[in-house]
Amino acid sequence: MSNRIVNWFKYASPQSFYPLAGKLIPWFWALAIVFTVAGLYITFFAAPTDFQQGEGYRIIFIHVPAAWMSMFIYIVMAGWAGLGLALNTRLSGMMAQALAPTGAIMAFLSLWTGAFWGKPMWGAWWVWDARLTSALILFFLYIGFIALQAAIDDPRRADKAGAILALVGVVNVPIIYFSVKWWNTLHQGASVSLTKAPTMAATMLWGMLIMALAFWMYSIAVALTRVRAIILEREAHTEWVKDLPEVQGAKQ
Amino acid sequence: MNWESPAAFFAMGGYGLYVWGSFGVCAVLMIVEPILASKRRKDILRSLRRERIAEQLDPQ
Repeated sequence: MSNRIVNWFKYASPQSFYPLAGKLIPWFWALAIVFTVAGLYITFFAAPTDFQQGEGYRIIFIHVPAAWMSMFIYIVMAGWAGLGLALNTRLSGMMAQALAPTGAIMAFLSLWTGAFWGKPMWGAWWVWDARLTSALILFFLYIGFIALQAAIDDPRRADKAGAILALVGVVNVPIIYFSVKWWNTLHQGASVSLTKAPTMAATMLWGMLIMALAFWMYSIAVALTRVRAIILEREAHTEWVKDLPEVQGAKQ
Repeated sequence: MNWESPAAFFAMGGYGLYVWGSFGVCAVLMIVEPILASKRRKDILRSLRRERIAEQLDPQ
């Protein structure tokens, strides 16, 4: 048990996390590609035409995973930011900073695909509905987090300011999730929930879950790639960075 | 199989604009983002290597 705790703290330092991330990235890319191919096959070939929405419903296979990831990444980002605020660990702020752009892209994609789904089905690209509005606020929270950190020169102070913003914004995530229950919205309720059986055909459900896994693996791979860049930027003055083979000029 | 021809596949039963507008933008962003992320690392590595060379040329 004590051994595991020691290992955990070992990887909490940028110096040991950097090579670990480098080893993990290709595996996450491989999984992302496998799940994407399988997910797209189900999306376009295995899943049947919907009896109400025809072929238009196929947007669900990216809309729902993007929306899930936008909320999940926010919670993870705020978690890292909070950890950094509480324990003052160097890696935490870097992780939060690495996750923000990916989360912002997921939030944007959930809005974009939602608009492209809403137009043919509801007749409007956008409505000021509780679900859509709270999802838009999530997107702005990501943008605000990125802008705030970019505006502060000292990285440690930027981490602290960003962490407070991220933690305050967490309140929005349950609002998004429960918005379809709390308010009378145009957006449909959850098709998949933890408490009751899914209200959709098995093929569609599997397609959505596999696409969600693909988005998940993608997000991990790209966030790890970005955190490696951030580690190098922030630790540029340290001996271990100067001693890295890639800085010594061995490869790329 | 859902589709009788490639044309039917691209038409998406009349929802072509919406389906491909969604999947297209999603694909573009998910290709561009990793490229930018790895470029960011390559850029900092390049400047670190330059710094190292500069230190070797000008030892204090």
